[in-house]
Amino acid sequence: MRIEANRDVCIGAGNCVLAAEDVFDQDDEALVVVLEEHPSDDQVAEVRNAVAQCPSGALGLVED
Amino acid sequence: MSTTSGTPTIPRHMQRDRFAPVPETQAARDEPGLPTIRTAFGTTARLVTRHADVREVLGDAERFSNASMPPLPLPDEESVEDRRAGQLLLQDPPEHTRLRRLLTGEFTVKRIRRLEPRIAEIVDDHLDAMAAAGPPAELVSAFALPVPSLVICELLGVPYTDRGEFQGRAARQLDVSRPLEERGRLAVEGREYMGELVDRARAEPGEDMLGMLVREHGDDLTRSELIGVANLLLIAGHETTANMLGLGTLALLRAPDQLARVRDEPDAVAPAIEELLRFLSVVHSGVPRTVRHDTTVGGTPVAARELLVLSLPAANRDPAAVTDPDELDVTRTVAPHLAFGHGVHHCLGAPLARAEMAVAFPALFRRFPPLALGIPFDEIEFRSATVVHGLRALPVTW
Repeated sequence: MRIEANRDVCIGAGNCVLAAEDVFDQDDEALVVVLEEHPSDDQVAEVRNAVAQCPSGALGLVED
Repeated sequence: MSTTSGTPTIPRHMQRDRFAPVPETQAARDEPGLPTIRTAFGTTARLVTRHADVREVLGDAERFSNASMPPLPLPDEESVEDRRAGQLLLQDPPEHTRLRRLLTGEFTVKRIRRLEPRIAEIVDDHLDAMAAAGPPAELVSAFALPVPSLVICELLGVPYTDRGEFQGRAARQLDVSRPLEERGRLAVEGREYMGELVDRARAEPGEDMLGMLVREHGDDLTRSELIGVANLLLIAGHETTANMLGLGTLALLRAPDQLARVRDEPDAVAPAIEELLRFLSVVHSGVPRTVRHDTTVGGTPVAARELLVLSLPAANRDPAAVTDPDELDVTRTVAPHLAFGHGVHHCLGAPLARAEMAVAFPALFRRFPPLALGIPFDEIEFRSATVVHGLRALPVTW
């Protein structure tokens, strides 16, 4: 599984960081930074949660 | 733009049965289509109550505009442009995106974590004062309102000594049962007050957010925009969290097992706050959106220029999205809620609000383990006529 993040769409709400702190971060303008493009199996649940909670639709998951 | 006057009646969709929306609003979710309602301004709108429909509208800024002005009377000395300037909640992309991006860096999860020690100090100071004065206490004025007020004052650069003035003005301005002329006048007064602070920050920018905006974006932002942004942050920064703390404490006092979890289990705090946000849905005046061109919402046709009013409390209690939605259950693992909105206008201050609650609730319950209501539950006065739902007072003892 691969995470796709569209920083042009991101609004910097930070919900992804709160949902999966090891996978997502924010830069100085609060825009999403993906730390783990390919999340491990034990991160998948929280990554799905992060994607569901993204208010701007900036995050997507691509199944490998 | 139409302007109405007189004292409005409180619209049905804002009326609450204590924590819950009134049954009529809850029932609207099960009826097909989108009912026509009367707004606080006397105009008509279509009410959106289902979780999926509210999420659809909030998530699509291209089909649904946020740029229509509420028809509050505009005194002669203020222009529409002044009232709209810097008001993130009255803008669409790309103007909205430009303004919001100037602010988002101040509200990252990391930046807010750095504030947590100071939030904890402010919380402890207020608990110390309550303990020193001894029981009983009125929790809204002793804790729920002053804690977020002081936090946002320090962050923004507003003198806390002015709190009597701005808290009173915000409370009256957001009270939809007051005459529209009065609410319009209060909006002007609020802008005048903030104008003085903005001028001071421009002359001598401090280390606070107003100072940062002047130093780093002084050329990008007009004086009117600075006033609008700062005013929004001040009002949204204290009214919302204050009412979450008051209502949340009351809800947890009614559910002692759940209160004990919040008090004793650090890992239980974050999910509990999400559940309280969902269950209480304090922003309940109905989020307005204007249909840009003929389209559908959840399959129901809506016409260009129609006003939609979205009920966050109804959406957050939609059984299609949450099991047993009318039960408070802080052990829910994932409770998808719309209390902070959704889409490009999702609450900018959400990380700050979450941090304040995560510090304040456990600290309050740990300091006063025997905390209890000071009057019978039936005598607690709710304040549903305000844009943000809350309590008039919360008498407690310990």
